[in-house]
Amino acid sequence: MRCVVGIDLGSTTTKAVLLDENGRVVGQGITNSRSNYHVASAVARQEAHTAARFEALRRALHERFAAGGEVPEETVRDVEARLPEAFRLGLYMSQLDELDVEIALAVDASFPVDGRGALREAVEEVLARTRGEAAALFEPGASRRSDFFRDVAAEAYVRGAEDVAARGGPTFERLLALFDRAILEVERRVQVVDFPRLLGEAADRVIARVPAERRDAVARVLPEVARQVGAEEIEEVAFAGTGYGRQTLPFPKEAVRSEILCHGRGANRIFPGTRTVLDIGGQDTKAIQVDEGGVVTSFQMNDRCAAGCGRYLGYIADELNLGLHELGPLALRARKVVRVNSTCTVFAGAELRERLALGERREDILAGLHRAILLRAMALLARSGGVRNEFTFTGGVCKNPAATRELRALVKDTYGEGIHLNIHADSIYMGALGAALFAWDDHRAGRAVVPPALRDGADPPPPRPAADVGGTGA
Amino acid sequence: MSTVGESRAAQAGKAAKDASQGRQKEMIARHYTRLSRAKEEGKKVVYTFVPGNLVEVIDALGMLPVLPEINALQSGMRGRSAAYIAEAERMGHSEDVCTYVKCDIGMMLGGNVGPTGETLPEPDLLLLSYTGCFTFMKWFELLKEAYRCPVVMLHVPYQPTGIITPEAREYVVKQLRDEVVPALEKVAGRRLDMDDLRHRLALSALAEDDLVAVWESARNRPSPIDGYFGGVYYIGPIFTAFRGTEDAVLYYRELRSEVEERVRRGEGPTGPDGPIPEERYRLVVEGPPNWTSFFDFWRMFSREGAVVVSSSYTRVGGLYDDGFRHSPEAPFESLADYCMGCYTNLGLPSRIDMLERAIRNYSADGFLVNSVKSCNSFSAGQLLMMRELERRTGVPGGFVESDLVDPRYFGKANIENRLQSYFQMLDARRNRGYA
Repeated sequence: MRCVVGIDLGSTTTKAVLLDENGRVVGQGITNSRSNYHVASAVARQEAHTAARFEALRRALHERFAAGGEVPEETVRDVEARLPEAFRLGLYMSQLDELDVEIALAVDASFPVDGRGALREAVEEVLARTRGEAAALFEPGASRRSDFFRDVAAEAYVRGAEDVAARGGPTFERLLALFDRAILEVERRVQVVDFPRLLGEAADRVIARVPAERRDAVARVLPEVARQVGAEEIEEVAFAGTGYGRQTLPFPKEAVRSEILCHGRGANRIFPGTRTVLDIGGQDTKAIQVDEGGVVTSFQMNDRCAAGCGRYLGYIADELNLGLHELGPLALRARKVVRVNSTCTVFAGAELRERLALGERREDILAGLHRAILLRAMALLARSGGVRNEFTFTGGVCKNPAATRELRALVKDTYGEGIHLNIHADSIYMGALGAALFAWDDHRAGRAVVPPALRDGADPPPPRPAADVGGTGA
Repeated sequence: MSTVGESRAAQAGKAAKDASQGRQKEMIARHYTRLSRAKEEGKKVVYTFVPGNLVEVIDALGMLPVLPEINALQSGMRGRSAAYIAEAERMGHSEDVCTYVKCDIGMMLGGNVGPTGETLPEPDLLLLSYTGCFTFMKWFELLKEAYRCPVVMLHVPYQPTGIITPEAREYVVKQLRDEVVPALEKVAGRRLDMDDLRHRLALSALAEDDLVAVWESARNRPSPIDGYFGGVYYIGPIFTAFRGTEDAVLYYRELRSEVEERVRRGEGPTGPDGPIPEERYRLVVEGPPNWTSFFDFWRMFSREGAVVVSSSYTRVGGLYDDGFRHSPEAPFESLADYCMGCYTNLGLPSRIDMLERAIRNYSADGFLVNSVKSCNSFSAGQLLMMRELERRTGVPGGFVESDLVDPRYFGKANIENRLQSYFQMLDARRNRGYA
């Protein structure tokens, strides 16, 4: 399959979107940006490849099972739901293997020397428990704190380390320090995903869970389809990069697109009626006006100060010792909105503590903090030319239900009833989608830039113009 | 110096740049040396600001002008402003105070060593001949306190409509005649020779003609000048100590012929790293430049082939485009008109009209605002101006924020990000047939 890829290197997460040659989205992937954009972009692309293959797999399975008619619809759906999770489990287990190796190295380098034995024993137990809990995490419908390996593994590891440390021996802090050191090493590498093997294993695990009377029918089809899909090459024939980190990568200038243009284009693709876009990302907020073709006509960004961006919420979450995703639902339970005056993130943190000390409810203060962010966004929107119909909200913060509720209310107050607010489950991918669409333009115009090889690890060579590699882009 | 393989045009561009720039550099050095010797030579020194300066009168009375904003911007370009500002803030000036003021105060506290390394003389008089900027008044209050010297103020009426009324002109002339000139004469210890003043004003007008010809050369494609980054060099002599001098006449004559030569050769302007190879965007810019990262800021334009065809900042020390000239026939009247006509003394409607003319006359593709924290005279109303200009001309506006000389307010990555987005937006619009 020939694809074009768009990469959005955000300050918090890195996103990739794959389009096929008809410009259709075939896969998208996301990872934490960590401190290494090379790896982050390779991992996000790999995630997008995986998603693309599962999409192909779903289509192929539907065709085969529908043609055969011997497997009931219900079972097909169950297989489809289980397969990606079984695959993720396999991936997770192989990443745990890597973590295991790194932790062992860290133990061997620890002091005092005569403490290494006890440390090794304790950490082996923690890792064994982590592995033991893995399967349950990847049941269909299971809730995970996040999909990033770092977060999933840390949660289980911390739980295990607390229990093991409570019984005496190495302290929790020592065990955690090993994890912190090892995870950095694991995250610095691009994991080589042996897709056909992992998919084959996942298929076997899923088959084993199919009720006995239908198992043969599934077993006749699934491994073969999995083999076919797993073996298909995904060839990236064009790419474009955008986002905060784009300058740090050796992207040639022709392949770099402004975030503003990408967000406008992406929003237009998902919601063609879009005329105004608000993007609240980790460290910047953008208010963008676009025309009917998604071309940016004007924009405003915060620049002297990043208060009011996603990181503001991250800081508040840290202050309250909560997960970022917990803030919105908590704020929705507010009975009133506490007024937060500080525009500075750090001062807002201080105001939060003060309000708590004065006996205000956490939920009510959080509602106030959400309003404070959105008020800043409203000011930026006003500067960019106001909110026009339709209005599309993108970026990480649009996943926060309290933020979207507040935005809806403020837009209604300021601009009346006539503004339709668009929010899409994949809004976080808008920038990468826009970049992919620009890459697609380049591909069709014969001026594509070919991305660096996916598996070259932390230091991929700079990408080459397509003309040098035999006209792949034409 | 040229290298093998450099185009003839590039060599010519460099050579052309060297001639007038070399002359200007030498003029400025000479002025600062003169200032450093002022006291021993018994010369009186007048501190005054660029907009509405009465430098011909000061010269005719045998006194020397010092322009504090110029010292501040020079300190900014030479990487000294951060320390000066810190010094002023230690003294108690808030972070929100205009950074030109703090830079100047910090320089004064540090021994008043000027941009060339020579010590600046203390003032015998502070001449506030432009009241369009309220901060100027406060600035001189501070200097008056420090130097214990007299201040002379010329009240310059604000120009909401841009049309100078006979009453306003008479009001300023009366102040000049009855208060300002007598006060200057008292410090100078001699009477103003009106013939000398007339001679100087005639020289001013000659230089002003040539400057306008330089501005208008930007009608060409490619424009042979950058009217903002390059423009700040072009306004150097006429905005500061040299208006009304033979030096300035020669400088502008030479500059004009260099620019006309570039037009003949079809060459663009010289950028911070040599000739700008291709003119891709023609911009009109509103607002002062940033001085602490002046060349970095310029490169963000020149590397993209963005050339500024006209700017409002280069009109703060005198607006000559619409025909105004200093006049030997009506010395005080023309000085009054000059003071009232400075760009930041104009109401928003006049500023918008002027920028609209610039966008149309110079066929600009874009209009960009650099909004600086320090200067309310400039910054108030800029977004409104941008929207109105977009509405009238259809040319898209862009907006970046920085400061004059406080390096803490120049966020390089952010500004670069915005400018790249802006240029890409211009491309995208062009591809859709907007422009």
